[in-house]
Amino acid sequence: MSSITLKNISKYICKDINLEIFDKELLVLLGPNGAGKSTLLNVIAGLIDYEGSVSFSNLPVDKVPANKRRVGYLFQELNLFPHLDVSTNIAYGLRIQKQSQDEIRTRVEELLQIMKIKHLSSRYPKELSGGEKQRVALARALANSPRILLLDEPMNSLDYRTSKYLRTEFKTLQKKLGVTTIYVTHNFYEAEEMADRIAVLDKGRVEQIGSSKEIFFHPTEAVSDFIGAPNILTCDYYHRLSFLKSTEIKDH
Amino acid sequence: MKIVKIFKLKWEIIPIIIFLGIWEIIARLNLISGHFFFPPFSTVVTEFWYLTVSGALGRNFLSSLIRVLIGFSAGSIAGLFIGIIMGWNNIANKALNPIISLIYPIPALGWLPLLMLWFGIGEILPIAIIFICSFFPILYNTVTGIKNVDKNYIYAARTLGASDIEIITTVVIPLALPNIFTGLRLESGMAWRVIIAAEMVAIPTGIGALMMKAESLIRIDIIIVCLIVLGIMCLSFENFFAFLEKKLTYRWR
Repeated sequence: MSSITLKNISKYICKDINLEIFDKELLVLLGPNGAGKSTLLNVIAGLIDYEGSVSFSNLPVDKVPANKRRVGYLFQELNLFPHLDVSTNIAYGLRIQKQSQDEIRTRVEELLQIMKIKHLSSRYPKELSGGEKQRVALARALANSPRILLLDEPMNSLDYRTSKYLRTEFKTLQKKLGVTTIYVTHNFYEAEEMADRIAVLDKGRVEQIGSSKEIFFHPTEAVSDFIGAPNILTCDYYHRLSFLKSTEIKDH
Repeated sequence: MKIVKIFKLKWEIIPIIIFLGIWEIIARLNLISGHFFFPPFSTVVTEFWYLTVSGALGRNFLSSLIRVLIGFSAGSIAGLFIGIIMGWNNIANKALNPIISLIYPIPALGWLPLLMLWFGIGEILPIAIIFICSFFPILYNTVTGIKNVDKNYIYAARTLGASDIEIITTVVIPLALPNIFTGLRLESGMAWRVIIAAEMVAIPTGIGALMMKAESLIRIDIIIVCLIVLGIMCLSFENFFAFLEKKLTYRWR
């Protein structure tokens, strides 16, 4: 796997961004629409030109083209190839790498199993639900065993229940695979639930970076503008009667 | 299911049968300018049989068919190839588009006098005409098809390790197929219309030439036989490409 170092990245709205993502970490990029989150992912994936430097495991990859960076990218629109069925979508990267038919079959079977979509293997993307598409896109992004995984608002189009279920599943999978991951969202709850650390991006700048506790309980002024200042009340918890439990707010 | 299909097919045939019946009645009753200028359908069928047995229809049909196949294949392949380059590469598009935009509006038959002087009266001439007739529309449909492919699919393929050539062959061309097939379908029919016109004007063999001979002998029945063959061929070619398009794209469209 790989750590990611961004030095003085500038592109479109992004201005002079410095960021370090540790090996096997799940960093959530949190920010409002138009903050530059997707631009930053495209920079890391090498899909657009940029100023500054991107390093994977301390090795600069600025001159490495996107198809050689070994980055798994789950796009916001998922971008499943509509003309390929589920198995062929997942196998796409493996075929490009010219792996043997046996290797491809084994890997695809394994991913279908992990993502619990074996029954969908011969369906086409238009025949899948939102949640199913999500799983297929994730399986495809993981097929080449990427050293870095980029997820761009992957749960955006899903209903609350499916999104919550998939998030829990993904978090477990990420820990199991130990792949360094950047997860983009504008949803605080999603960020708090998923993140090892959160970086808050606003108007193309990293405003604050830290654990979810640090971000939500001690936001900087710019961050509190975005997430809203929390109401934190100190309280005591005590038993009044054995069958009645209560709390008392001390000072407010 | 099968019964429904046969029933549906029967319904499509009924208007044709009615049309042929009315034609036969009008001709037999001499309602339009005499039997000579408007032969009944049965006479046309009889003439079709004579022309087939004598080999005249087969020979001329084969000449036209070979010309259409060679000219259309060459024009389509060239149109596809250059269309892919122009659709994928902006510099190539900017360099070639002004020239092609200038030449494209010229009707294929407008080239005939020039091509006659360049190639003379021979097999190259009709093939060149069909090449021109097929090349430009297929080129434009290919360019449009390729330019319409969502950039996000290209990004996805790129992050999965695909090079430009691999992206073109595995993502861009398959996704541009509906547009490409629209061009192929329309131009395959157009190739037959153009070859007939070219043969009528300048070539001594082929269905068009047979029509011109029939015209000089005032054999309207033969002319109608040729027109029916032409209609069937246009329809067959267009349907073949429509079938092929459906076969290749119906699962995912």
